[in-house]
Amino acid sequence: MLILTCPNCGVTAEETEFHAHGEAHLTRFGPGASDDDFENYLFMRDNPKGVHFERWRHVYGCGKWFHAARDTVTLEMFGTYTAQTSTVPQDIIDKIAERRPEWHPPEGA
Amino acid sequence: MSEPISALNGAAYKDGIVEITALDPVGMITLRGDLGAGYLKKPLKKITGVDMPEVRGIKLNQDQGIAWMSPDELLVICPHADVATHLETLNNAIGSNHAMSVNVSDARAVFRLRGKHIREVLAKLAPVDTSPGAFEPGTIRRSRLAQVPAAFWMVDAETAQLVCFRSVAQYVFDLLKTAAQPGSEVNHYRR
Repeated sequence: MLILTCPNCGVTAEETEFHAHGEAHLTRFGPGASDDDFENYLFMRDNPKGVHFERWRHVYGCGKWFHAARDTVTLEMFGTYTAQTSTVPQDIIDKIAERRPEWHPPEGA
Repeated sequence: MSEPISALNGAAYKDGIVEITALDPVGMITLRGDLGAGYLKKPLKKITGVDMPEVRGIKLNQDQGIAWMSPDELLVICPHADVATHLETLNNAIGSNHAMSVNVSDARAVFRLRGKHIREVLAKLAPVDTSPGAFEPGTIRRSRLAQVPAAFWMVDAETAQLVCFRSVAQYVFDLLKTAAQPGSEVNHYRR
């Protein structure tokens, strides 16, 4: 079971108080985009074994969105951070690098 | 106007390890906006007599108070009969600023839990650390009770109050009765 800390209200709770909403830091392609870009944005998701960035919402608590970094294999939580960013904060990258020296930040992060 | 009546009309459960009472209608106003703004702080202080609560805090002045619900949301608690005048005070203070206050009294049900086992009755139903030190009077916790959202806080060491949606009042009452049934003490928090 995952234990997350909501950066908006500071509550630390287990995952049933939250809801996961899939991969984070997507680039949006809307009207005017090519069909390929739009299809890619709408349907294609990374499903990595290991470090993954996700969007979460504190549904039963403050109701706010945030981002989380975790390992999909070991279920280790590296940390949570604000939803008001399109890149991964440096302190989260440092935490992951400390635990996973072989890991490299994704492009654009 | 017709008499306001709570969802369970004062139902009570007195046979268990915690006494559970469905309270008569309580006035509640949801307020959303910039919580640091003076045009919210001032009228709130005037209405409730308490200051803006801290993050996850609840400040009570007898039957009035303010609870922190999220970074941009407050729950104002007051006597049911005062809601209309309080709303007017708030709306006058807000004016054209970007904030909103709404009367949610009739959308809610309120329960009071009383007894020395309130911490464990709540812990059986919510994924919340209710141990002494982690959960104390002065903080409100929004979470879930089994399958429905609820918020609860401690009034004193042996009294807790709980707010849920009116539509699930019977469900929550049944949950609480089950969690408080006679002989179900866990005594986990006994020190």
